[in-house]
Amino acid sequence: MLRFVIKRLLTAIPTLWAVLTTVFILVRVVPGDPTIAILGDQASEAARAELRDKLGLAKPILAQYVDFMSQIVQGDLGRSLSTNRPITDDVLAVLPYTIELTLASLLVGTVIGVPLGVLAAEKRDGFADWFARLFSLAGVSFPAFVSGILLLIAFAVELRWFPVISTSKPGDPWGRFVALVLPSLNLGLLMVAYVTRVTRSGMLKALGEDYVRTARAKGLPHRIVVWRHAFRNVLVPVVTVVGLYLGVLIGNAVLTEIVFNRPGIGKLIVTALNQRDYSLLQGLMVVSAFAIVVANILTDLTYGLVDPRVKTS
Amino acid sequence: MSTEPAATAPLSVEGLTTSILVGTTWYDAVRDISFHVRPKETLALVGESGCGKSLTALSVMGLLPPAAVRVTSGRIVVDGVDMTAADEPTREAMRGDRIGMIFQEPMTSLNPVLPIGFQVGEALMRHRGFTRRQARERARELLELVRVPAAAERLDAYPHQFSGGMRQRVMIALALACGPRVLIADEPTTALDVTIQAQVLALMADLQEKEGLALLLITHNLGVVASVADRVMVMYGGDVVESGPVHAFFARPTHPYSEALLAAMPRIEGDLPLQPIPGQVPSLTEMPVGCRFQTRCPIRDERCAVLPPMTTVAGDPDHRVRCWARVEA
Amino acid sequence: MSTSAAEFRPSVLKRALRSGGLLFGIALVVVMIVAAIAAPWLAPHDPNAQDVLLVLTPPDAAHLFGTDAFGRDVLSRVLWGARISLYVGFVSTLAGVIIGTAIGVVAGYYGGIVDRLVVAATDVLLSFPQLIMGLLLVAVLGASLGNLIIAIAVTAIPAFVRLARGSTLTMRERDFVDACRTLGFSDLRIMFLHVLPNILDEIVVMASLWLASAIRTEATLAFIGLSVPPPTATWGGIVREGFDNLLDAPWMSIFPSLAILAVMIGLNLVGDGLRDATDPKGAP
Repeated sequence: MLRFVIKRLLTAIPTLWAVLTTVFILVRVVPGDPTIAILGDQASEAARAELRDKLGLAKPILAQYVDFMSQIVQGDLGRSLSTNRPITDDVLAVLPYTIELTLASLLVGTVIGVPLGVLAAEKRDGFADWFARLFSLAGVSFPAFVSGILLLIAFAVELRWFPVISTSKPGDPWGRFVALVLPSLNLGLLMVAYVTRVTRSGMLKALGEDYVRTARAKGLPHRIVVWRHAFRNVLVPVVTVVGLYLGVLIGNAVLTEIVFNRPGIGKLIVTALNQRDYSLLQGLMVVSAFAIVVANILTDLTYGLVDPRVKTS
Repeated sequence: MSTEPAATAPLSVEGLTTSILVGTTWYDAVRDISFHVRPKETLALVGESGCGKSLTALSVMGLLPPAAVRVTSGRIVVDGVDMTAADEPTREAMRGDRIGMIFQEPMTSLNPVLPIGFQVGEALMRHRGFTRRQARERARELLELVRVPAAAERLDAYPHQFSGGMRQRVMIALALACGPRVLIADEPTTALDVTIQAQVLALMADLQEKEGLALLLITHNLGVVASVADRVMVMYGGDVVESGPVHAFFARPTHPYSEALLAAMPRIEGDLPLQPIPGQVPSLTEMPVGCRFQTRCPIRDERCAVLPPMTTVAGDPDHRVRCWARVEA
Repeated sequence: MSTSAAEFRPSVLKRALRSGGLLFGIALVVVMIVAAIAAPWLAPHDPNAQDVLLVLTPPDAAHLFGTDAFGRDVLSRVLWGARISLYVGFVSTLAGVIIGTAIGVVAGYYGGIVDRLVVAATDVLLSFPQLIMGLLLVAVLGASLGNLIIAIAVTAIPAFVRLARGSTLTMRERDFVDACRTLGFSDLRIMFLHVLPNILDEIVVMASLWLASAIRTEATLAFIGLSVPPPTATWGGIVREGFDNLLDAPWMSIFPSLAILAVMIGLNLVGDGLRDATDPKGAP
């Protein structure tokens, strides 16, 4: 297992390199002068030269690339253009909120999505199946900000179960939890669609497999046949879809943070856009890309846990 | 052979009819078949695919797919328990405890994500209240019994690390875990290499003797029948068309379908060319009325529109056939 | 033209029409398209006409969807916004499909080093969340109608490269491609007259699902503030303005949200319906 983990971590290095290079290129190979984009076309030549120097744009592109890479290797994302603070510090300050939101949403999505998918497969065209289809359609149809706003209108404005603006002070775990409920429901319910779909189709296949018949021939009760024998085999596609969904989740987390006014990477991205803070934006892209690579590694490592064929072959 | 009467045999089936739903109509895929299997006895169920052999086995196990297939009449008694009258929890308690089953495909019949030892011992936890540790210990003994080499080290291995023959041994161990009285083996060696086939068959015969099992062996391979079976039952289109002791059957195959099966069987002496049976089993919706073999029968006549009764062959009450042309005066 | 996709179209169509979801989806999409095209005639008011006396009025007979913070008619803005949302969605998806499919077919057909480079590039691009990628592109390009279309098209390209390449690879193994080569047809002719029609079914299905995704991305970017600059009405932009007045005027965000949802649901129903109908294995 350890060898499997190490091997997987090593294969992530070229991916990470490629992804970081893409961010570098995207931010630089843009038609037009970034200093005009940042300062506006009324800016003086002197101001633009100063900014160009500050951004490191005066150097040859290859030197910029080496600087960029060597800084990232040291965990340095550069300094913010607008505040001049180290970007790494700003990111680390809000990262726990985004991670907390993502994990809570994963929990909501799987805890609802998996049983719904299993029930839908067991009784095709039954009530659960109908419900699963509804969730599937809603999940792929709702933009996260639309669902977020509708949740906010329903539960905060109309029903008043939750505060519209949830501010949580440090040392107030209950307040922090309350502030997490609606945002994680928003992201989690959207995720249910994907989890349910893949669970349902996986279970339909698994329930027809020979090993399920073997399990029934042993006289095992229905519940054990379904969960221990059939569902264990559906874990691989479920983990895959959860892993793939992490990408969508990170994108949707941005919107959810805006709608529910939560601190996090998403709010920071909006700040960067409003301030035209390109170095902050570049740093946040690096963080997002890094998160995706880490999510993929975690997904593959989970395969090793749920499928014996992965780690022993 | 045991003289135990049929009614108290570990497995006895009376007038079993199993039907399949096609569209909105139920068609009889197994029609009014009766048999019993005594301790240490092997009854071979023979026929091409689509003749209702596996359906018979699944009916006995109570493993028919619920919506589309059902037992419409007859009685199945396993170790004194009427399975057809019993409720699902009772049948569940019988399965894997007093009746076990081995399937055709060893490659897909074991769960790929559970360790071998756990799968073998699982029935003991279910039916005998074994702890995980006790079940594991017994699984090791069972794997040794079916001659899996280095059994103790392979308890934690997974099916993909086993060869086909080894997996079928594991399946046998799994089916025998609780010491059942009846074992159903559905084409247990078909998917295996010839040399492995012989090993697995020898193992099954050996275990049957030791455990006093009643074995219902489903096969289309008459060579296997000749080497391990005590009695034969030939099925065609859901009907039993011939049944009898194995020596009588091979000495005097009487039904035209039995004759055709034997002519299609490769022999080592091989002086006669192989004769494949012309045509194929009609689909369930296109079965003729009366004798179902008539569409392929070389000696059919107008009487075949009515299903013939089972009659004796050469005055032997154990050897019976279902054919108008073979009715003895 | 051997196993042309056209040969099994009738049965595909029949199966597709049997599913009510597809019909409902088509109806929804058609209604929205008609509304967008006919916006100048349907809209009861000028979408940008401000009226300080009518700021944030709830829905009534004169303003069915109410008015916004500048007293503009929300219904008219939603109708006009449909034009931007659907236009950006259609054009960017079309561009993404054409470019992505062309690259994918060429890579899959020729294989070798070109193919490997293409695969590596798509893998990297696909590792970015679509939204983050679109956001980054619009941010560096600047928010305008053209840049919005470019950014969303770019996010669509890798997915279609992957799909077209995979399908082309399996097509290449078929006998009729060999037959075409034997007949001395040029590579270009084989690729676009013989391979492409056979993989078109899958591309169309995915394009219909991707169209939904493109419209969602546009709305999302507009919500963040990265779309056609105000006062031009876009669905995402109206929701954003409504969101700023959520407590006083929830209708401002509800109505454009419903419009977005209607298109999303319609397109997803169409995409799923087409997929079920063209999938030889039938519904999942």
